[in-house]
Amino acid sequence: MTALREVDLDIDRGELVAIVGPSGSGKTTMLNVMGTLDRPSAGDVVVDGFAVAGLSDRELSALRARRIGFVFQHFHLAPGVSALDNVADGLLYAGVGLRERRERAEAALRRVGLGHRLKHRPHELSGGEKQRTAIARAVVREPALLLADEPTGALDSQSGEGVMRVLLDLNESGTTIVVITHEHVVASHLSRQVSMLDGRVVGDRIAA
Amino acid sequence: MSATATPRPGRLSARDIVRLGAHGLRARPLRVVLSALGIAIGIAAMVAVVGTSTSSRAQLNRLLNSLGTNLLTVAPGLTLFGEEATLPDESMAMIGRIRSVESVTAIGLLTDAKVYRTDRIPAPQSGGIGTYAVRTDLLDTVRGTVRSGIWLNNAIARYPAVVLGAATADRVGIGALHRDMQIWLGGRWFTVVGILNRVPLAPELDLGALIGWRAAQRYLGFDGDITTIYTRTDPDAVEAVRDLLARTANPAQPNEVDVSRPSDALAAQAAADKTFTGLLLGLGAVALLVGGIGVANTMVISVLERRSEIGLRRSLGATREHIRAQFLTESLLLSLLGGGAGIVLGSAVTAVYATAQSWPTVVPTWAVAGGLAAAVIIGGVAGLYPAIRAARVAPTEALAAT
Repeated sequence: MTALREVDLDIDRGELVAIVGPSGSGKTTMLNVMGTLDRPSAGDVVVDGFAVAGLSDRELSALRARRIGFVFQHFHLAPGVSALDNVADGLLYAGVGLRERRERAEAALRRVGLGHRLKHRPHELSGGEKQRTAIARAVVREPALLLADEPTGALDSQSGEGVMRVLLDLNESGTTIVVITHEHVVASHLSRQVSMLDGRVVGDRIAA
Repeated sequence: MSATATPRPGRLSARDIVRLGAHGLRARPLRVVLSALGIAIGIAAMVAVVGTSTSSRAQLNRLLNSLGTNLLTVAPGLTLFGEEATLPDESMAMIGRIRSVESVTAIGLLTDAKVYRTDRIPAPQSGGIGTYAVRTDLLDTVRGTVRSGIWLNNAIARYPAVVLGAATADRVGIGALHRDMQIWLGGRWFTVVGILNRVPLAPELDLGALIGWRAAQRYLGFDGDITTIYTRTDPDAVEAVRDLLARTANPAQPNEVDVSRPSDALAAQAAADKTFTGLLLGLGAVALLVGGIGVANTMVISVLERRSEIGLRRSLGATREHIRAQFLTESLLLSLLGGGAGIVLGSAVTAVYATAQSWPTVVPTWAVAGGLAAAVIIGGVAGLYPAIRAARVAPTEALAAT
C-alpha cells in the first residue's frame, strides 16, 4: 500500500499551512515524513536545508531535537511531572543544561498563557491547558518547523479556539506551522490550505 | 541561511540520564518495590551469611585471645596392645620442670563414683556425669570462670564439697545455689559449693563433678591415677614444649601419650561450619538469579507499556542511544535499589543474630562492595535486552499506539 504518491509541496518560512483531508487520506503519514519520523520510500524531504535522505538516524534525531517541534492530538504529556518539567524535556535532547531548560520552559509556558500553571501536573490541567503545555514543549526549542497533528481533535470547541489562537500568535511572531486536521472550520483559520485525498495533494489554496 | 554542518545529537549529562532512569521508577512505585524485592532478598541472604560467619570468626578470635592458645593437654593413650595406658605418677612433676612451662595441673577420673541428684534415683540413671579429682589451680590454668558460688580452695578441697560443670548443673537440675545444697556422689552426700560457666578449652569439665584431690582420696578411695594434665606454656614456646611433652610425661613409652592443643580444636570446629556457609551462599545466588529475572521481566513489560513515551521522546529528538541509556539506567537503578536494601537488611540480620549470640557484629566491606557490584551486574544484564528493544521501537508506530 502506498500512503503518499507524487507529493510535491514547498512550504516557506513563516507560513501557516493547514493540511486537510478525510481520514485515510495520508495526512498523518505526510506529517511523519515532514517531521522526519518516517522516511519516504522514494523521493526526498528537505527540512531547514537538510536533505533527509542523506542523514543517518542519529542525525535525524538531532535535527528533530533542534529544528522540528511536534504537537499531538493526545498531548503525550508525562503523567506525574509538572508542566514546567514536561516543557523542559523539549530541550533535553538538544543538550541544554537543566537550569537553562527550566528557564526557557517557563518563558515558553508564559508565551502560551500558562504562566500560572508551572507547577501543575497534567491531571490538574484542563484539556486546552494540556494542549497548550504540549505546544510550549514544541516551541521551547524555537523550531524552524512546528507540526501539529489534529491539535484540537480531543478538545471542546472553546478550548480548541484557545489552542488555535496560540498557534496563530506563534505564527505572527515568525514560527512556521503546519496543522493537520480534518475539520474545515479549523483549516479556515489558516492562511494556506492543502487538501489531500488518497495520498495525493488535490488542492492548494492560499487565502487572500 | 540554512546551516551547513550536519546536526549532531546533544549529549545527556550523567545527571540527566539518572533523572530519566528514575522518572520511569517514580511512576510505578509498587512495581519497583516488588521487583527490587527479589534482588534485595538475594543480596540480604549473601550479606547475612558472610556477615554471620565473619562475626563468628571474630568471636572465635576474641575467645582465643581471652583463653590463650598456649594451653596443652596430656592424656594417656593406648598401649601397643590396644589397652588403655596410664600416666606415671611423677609425670606431672616432670612436666613442671620443663623450662617454658608456666603452670601445670591434673585431673583424675573416678570411674566408680556416679553422680545423682538424690539417693532415691536408681543407679543406672547416672546421666553420664564424670567425677574428677582436681587440684585447686585447675580453674586458673584452663581459664574457667565460676557462674555462682565459689571454686575449691585448699580448705574446702579436703571435705566432701563439689563444684559442678555447667552441663552437669543443668542435668541434675540445679539452677541456682542455696545453702546446704547436696548431691549424692559416689555413695555419700557432697555439698555443692559452686557452679562453673562453660570452659571452652576443656569441654570435658562441663559434664563433670569436680572434687578436691584430698577429698577424693579420703572419701572415695581415689588411687591418684591421672586422666589429663593441663599445662600453660610460654606463648612463644608452645610448639617446642608440645614436642617434649610425651617424652617427659612417660619417658619409657612416649607413644602411649596423647598430647593436644584445645585451641586448635576450636578453630577446626569453626572451619567445619564453612560447608554450611557455602550452602547458604548458593541459596542466596539462586535468589539473586530469580531477582534478576524479575527485573528483566519488569523492564520488558515497562518497554511494552511505554511505547508512546518512547515515540514521544524520539519525536523530541532522542536518538536510539538515548532511549537505550534511559532504560538501561532504569534497570540499573532498580537493581541497585534492591541491592542497597539487601545490604541494609543483611547487615541488620547479622547484627541481630550476632547480638543474640553475644558476638561482635562484623560485616566486611568486601561483602558490601560485592553486593553492590552484583546488583549492578544483574541490573545491566537484565536491562540490556529490554533497552535494546526499546531503542528499536519505530517512532511513528509508537506514537500511533494511542
